[in-house]
Amino acid sequence: MARLTPDNVARAQEIIGRYPRPRSALIPLLHLAQEQDGWVSPEAMGHIGELLGLTAAEVLGTCSFYEMFKREPVGRYVVNVCTSISCHLLGGDELLHHVEERLGVRSGGTTPDGRFTVNHVECIAACTEAPCLQVNYRYFHKVTPDAVDALLDDLAAGRRDDEVPPHGTLTRVRQQVPAGRWAGRGAEGLPPDRTSLGGDG
Amino acid sequence: MAVTDAPRIVTARFEYDDSHTLSRYLATGGYEGLRAALAKTPEEVTDEVKAANLLGRGGAGFPAGVKWGFCPPGVFPRYLVINGDESEPGTYKDRLLMERDPHQLIEGVLIASYAIGVAQAFIYVRGEMALAQERLVAALNEAYEAGWVGRDIDGSGFSVDVLLHWGAGAYIVGEETALIESLEGRRGFPRLKPPFFPAAKGLYLQPTVVNNVETISNLPWILRNGGAAFDALGTERASGTRMFAVSGHVKRPGVYEVELGVTTFRDIIYAPVYAGGIRDDNALKAFIPGGASAPWFFEEHLDLPLDQTAVGPAGSMLGSGAIVVMDETTDAVRAAFSLVRFFSHESCGKCTPCREGTGWLEKIVRRVLAGSGRPTDIDLILDVVDNISPGPYPRAGTGSLGAEPVPFPPRQTTICPLGPSVGAPLVSAIHRFRDEFEAYIERAGTPVTIAGPAPVGGAAS
Ligand SMILES: Cc1cc2nc3c(=O)[nH]c(=O)nc-3n(C[C@H](O)[C@H](O)[C@H](O)COP(=O)(O)O)c2cc1C
Ligand code: SF4
Repeated sequence: MARLTPDNVARAQEIIGRYPRPRSALIPLLHLAQEQDGWVSPEAMGHIGELLGLTAAEVLGTCSFYEMFKREPVGRYVVNVCTSISCHLLGGDELLHHVEERLGVRSGGTTPDGRFTVNHVECIAACTEAPCLQVNYRYFHKVTPDAVDALLDDLAAGRRDDEVPPHGTLTRVRQQVPAGRWAGRGAEGLPPDRTSLGGDG
Repeated sequence: MAVTDAPRIVTARFEYDDSHTLSRYLATGGYEGLRAALAKTPEEVTDEVKAANLLGRGGAGFPAGVKWGFCPPGVFPRYLVINGDESEPGTYKDRLLMERDPHQLIEGVLIASYAIGVAQAFIYVRGEMALAQERLVAALNEAYEAGWVGRDIDGSGFSVDVLLHWGAGAYIVGEETALIESLEGRRGFPRLKPPFFPAAKGLYLQPTVVNNVETISNLPWILRNGGAAFDALGTERASGTRMFAVSGHVKRPGVYEVELGVTTFRDIIYAPVYAGGIRDDNALKAFIPGGASAPWFFEEHLDLPLDQTAVGPAGSMLGSGAIVVMDETTDAVRAAFSLVRFFSHESCGKCTPCREGTGWLEKIVRRVLAGSGRPTDIDLILDVVDNISPGPYPRAGTGSLGAEPVPFPPRQTTICPLGPSVGAPLVSAIHRFRDEFEAYIERAGTPVTIAGPAPVGGAAS
């Protein structure tokens, strides 16, 4: 629940260096903070602002716009049930209801043991596989009530850890560029950024 | 039923389990299109893509080669941004392309970068798509390592970096100027056009091309086989093949790559090799031809070809290749509500008619469904839609009833087309199934307190 660790600061510097302008790294760095802590704390936002030369308001303004960034702690497993049209037609609402009943929390809530957060979400691009859901942004297709019961049991018992890393971890592979391969032409001839309040950018 | 023998272009490798790896890619013609491109001048590559008549697959359907030509001459640096934000309800194709054939997309990015002369390319993947991000990063790492991306590509002297970027949950970021704002580290608020047409003033206010994942994934094939071969598929105004996700009440929901122009909605919904017809052989009630923002079609539109120049005048759009089928058991009011709630939830809030209007519409339809609708609510809904999109709203004609179609697209009082899109499900459903709205409202009209004995088992009050 804190500032970025030294390892993550090093990662952050590498990410920043790949963009023509530092501010473009803001969303990736917020993801890095969420990967570290499971949510985005005010301390992490402050630290990111320092790294990018942005004010606290600029960081919060961006962070609060995007639904994936959780500014309060959430469960280890965030279960997102789709209720958009294709899932709606094939039982998405009923699936959500089933998950809510089973975990004893309404959409938006977290179980008292901190394990699960449940949300109903809009289309997650699995429309031909309805009804579907995601746990920590890993897909589960054509989900029946029995299948979801088994899945939740497995998750609670830690049997799906390979497949479903803790909330905040998206891609487990980081972009690596071998020495000498980076062309580095992105900022050539680009005028300086005058739009941020925090620094000269 | 027309099932053509057109080759599959962008989904050809999907049959392999290891379709996402560099070794499989190289074994199946991978990076040959890039080699062919690098042997030409950038202008020749653009001409090849123009000859292909490759229309954008992200929704608006603009010819890719022509769009590239809009960058003002001599203005650099330029950027390329790939739109992988796929979030329009019903749409499911770009995620598959990123997960199953990431090298094809990367090769397309390199071809486009060479033709346009960009300084750096960005692949903006929707935040919720963890596997797509993972596959693309792994593929980029392989490609950098093997010398296909970065400095002095394949010894040609051409250099460009490709960076994976990812979002954090916001449908509006799919709109190209919002995508650019987001890539600059800001909220996903669309920009005003003019002046902020991306080709002129895009990322960092520099010339920027935004293209959809599927659009770009076609480029390796086009450079390998020639623009003319692509243009020969389909019809004059609808060239090539395209991926369509057919979802909802069909026997075989799935993503099918079909030849444009010659394939009809009836083919793709009913042919046994495609969606195979309506579940339980039920009757068709309505279908959405191109994603949540597309006005609904009905039985009498099944024989229209998959061609925007036919679909637009009939009152809708091919949009993002998302066909959602509703059978006779569908409650039109509930289905419309699901779509209205989507637009209300996803409105970015930058302009008033959309921010307020979508919210009011959601509340009005919610109360109709909850049994608290008022007789004036149907007209109220249409009036609110008219404030966001003034004048007759695009819709299908009613065939035997004689009403003419209103052609696509809708007009707008808003900064971007999201606001007006909320009218698509509502105007469609009210126009065709007004009686269902009325039935909800009439039920609501039943007095709550009635004379006579209290119902047995009723809740004590
Ligand atoms: C509200 C809204 C959402 C959009 N979402 C997407 C999207 O998720 N993916 C996409 O490629 N295009 C989307 N578009 C269209 C883009 O603005 C843009 O036209 C497209 O990315 C251009 O690529 P193309 O010419 O290759 O189709 C959206 C447009 C609007 C108005
Ligand atoms: S129409 Fe809606 S989504 Fe588009 S800019 Fe206006 S408020 Fe934002």
